[in-house]
Amino acid sequence: MGDHHHGPAKGFGRWLFTTNHKDIGTMYLWFSFAMFILGGSFAMIIRAELFQPGLQLVEPEFFNQMTTLHGLIMVFGAIMPSFVGLANWLIPMMIGAPDMALPRMNNLSFWILPPTFLLLASTLFMEGGAPQAGWTFYAPLSTTYAGPSVTYFIFCIHVLGLSSIMGSINIIATVMNMRAPGMTYMKMPLFVWTWLITAFLLVAVMPVLAGLVTMMLMDVHFGTSFFSAAGGGDPVLFQHVFWFFGHPEVYIIILPAFGVVSQIIPAFSRKPLFGYDSMVYATASIAFLSFIVWAHHMYTVGMPVAGELFFMYATMLIAVPTGVKVFNWVSTMWRGALSFETPMLFAIGFLILFTIGGFTGLMLSIAPADFQYHDSYFVVAHFHYVMVAGAVFSMTAAVYFWLPKWCGRMYNETMGKTHFWISFIGFNLAFFPQHFVGLAGMPRRIPDYALQFADFNMMSSIGAFIYGASQILFLYNVIAAIVAGDPVSDEKVWDGAEGLEWTIATPAPYHTFETPPAVR
Amino acid sequence: MRKLSDNPVFDTAAKLAGVAVIMFAFVFVVMVPLYNVLCDVLGINGKTDGQAYTAVPAAVDESRTVTIQFVATNNEGMPWEFRPTKTMMKVHPGAVNDTVFFAHNPQPNAMVAQAIPSISPARAVQYFHKTECFCFGQQPLAGGASAQLPLQFIVDQDVPRDIGTITLSYTIFDVTKMAGSVAAAR
Repeated sequence: MGDHHHGPAKGFGRWLFTTNHKDIGTMYLWFSFAMFILGGSFAMIIRAELFQPGLQLVEPEFFNQMTTLHGLIMVFGAIMPSFVGLANWLIPMMIGAPDMALPRMNNLSFWILPPTFLLLASTLFMEGGAPQAGWTFYAPLSTTYAGPSVTYFIFCIHVLGLSSIMGSINIIATVMNMRAPGMTYMKMPLFVWTWLITAFLLVAVMPVLAGLVTMMLMDVHFGTSFFSAAGGGDPVLFQHVFWFFGHPEVYIIILPAFGVVSQIIPAFSRKPLFGYDSMVYATASIAFLSFIVWAHHMYTVGMPVAGELFFMYATMLIAVPTGVKVFNWVSTMWRGALSFETPMLFAIGFLILFTIGGFTGLMLSIAPADFQYHDSYFVVAHFHYVMVAGAVFSMTAAVYFWLPKWCGRMYNETMGKTHFWISFIGFNLAFFPQHFVGLAGMPRRIPDYALQFADFNMMSSIGAFIYGASQILFLYNVIAAIVAGDPVSDEKVWDGAEGLEWTIATPAPYHTFETPPAVR
Repeated sequence: MRKLSDNPVFDTAAKLAGVAVIMFAFVFVVMVPLYNVLCDVLGINGKTDGQAYTAVPAAVDESRTVTIQFVATNNEGMPWEFRPTKTMMKVHPGAVNDTVFFAHNPQPNAMVAQAIPSISPARAVQYFHKTECFCFGQQPLAGGASAQLPLQFIVDQDVPRDIGTITLSYTIFDVTKMAGSVAAAR
């Protein structure tokens, strides 16, 4: 598209045909925010229905569609693309590369996403409604009660899997081949490291998910019986294959978040990251362990005791590298010259709340105890602590941290801090009580509940509305910064920030590092 | 590793694409068969063998008895009446035992059913041998007809002493649509 030394093309064509990693990163980020709002609005419907016991607003079938689409859209549409967007923006700038290694594939892997999610959302208006078997879509439940929408859903999973695989191949190819001279692996910023490992996880497990939905497709349309017991199949097989994908998937979501926090905490502690090497090894260990713990999601299917013990101990083992990371972040802050700008607040919020989510994860890993917790609201509380307070908080921190570098304008700090405190309070009000109702026996994915859970559910709904509303403040703050924020021109927007992306001009020029920088 | 392209970027990308293809194939050619083999060999999912067991001459262990419980369940939407004629039997390990299940098709049209067995505790699977079972094949029944479905089994004389009760559960599925097109495996 024209001479490389000119700025971006004009008009819509710029975005449609762009091969620039910054443009594509921006599109990924906006797209994922749109999906975050869509998935979030489904969550608001769920919480509105659960505000009081009894059926108030929606039919149970529609409630199930909401839980299913909320999960699918948040995991595949909001969190994963947001971190891919961040990777697009930052990895070339962090390793001193002019662009991603495969820029045209980069364009393709973004542009197949919006139509896919449009198709997925359109299933809501189909006869029989959207998929309603939960985001884990266990067969034969999902194949037996397959409306026409299940076939669309399977197609969507195939396409977004393809997009993730292409995105990951691009990231690995970039990191392995495009580093500036002197940028050895052990000098790479931790965000690049965590994404490199995440990308390997994606290449390994997204095809497994594709294979799984292919088997579902064959069961629905071609008369096979992979998961139907009547034809000699086995429903438990579905769960094994799904979680063989699904457990690495949760680390795919959280590892880039670890990387973000490992960039932000040192910047606002004005100290280098404590234990860089151990952080890299811990990330790799978590990635390895993620492949041998999948069955802790399915303790109650009737595994042999030896199996339960193996998966229990292997799961508990993950607490070790994760603990290494948490202690390293805390040690980085120890006796640092701390300041508490919005990105740091979100990073510390991440640290505290993710640790709580980690501990509830340890509780769930105990096989005999899990029989009580299984499929209760305790699980919902656990994974929202790691997904929302983990991945989404760190993503929010990342946007506040790098936004001034991206657009050369500062967001409103007071509004940012207000956003943090409203989010923090709203989030905890929404999800902390869910631990209690879960332990007391409230099942997940049910539109109605017993009366004794009413108070905690009302608190939870109010918290969810507060958290949801705080995102409007976030959106306003970001747009206001882009349109009319105070201009910043220092290369180092934050005085404590280190790394190649802080050596280029602010705002980041359209093309950077066309000649590789010298790395000490 | 051999270079797939002179351009190192394309080389990396091609190798990774290869990994993705291998992982996709891995699901079909490794995970599914391996799961079935492991379940067969270790008997860890309560599935009994789909073929008739050839009885080997063995002494009947009169010194102890094992309680066998029979459970029959209709899969959702299956209109048949389906139940064991005896819900419980006390048997000696090594002895050949016979029982029958009762099935009745209340619908006016002919139907085909398939019963799927499951044994609890799963550990008992390898000690529970069926020499004859209606679950080995599909069961056609004309509209309004009834049938006595035979089951003949031996509890292995090596069954561990701590297994005092074995529950054999059958779930009956409507396979009228599937019958003929797909041979039911169990």
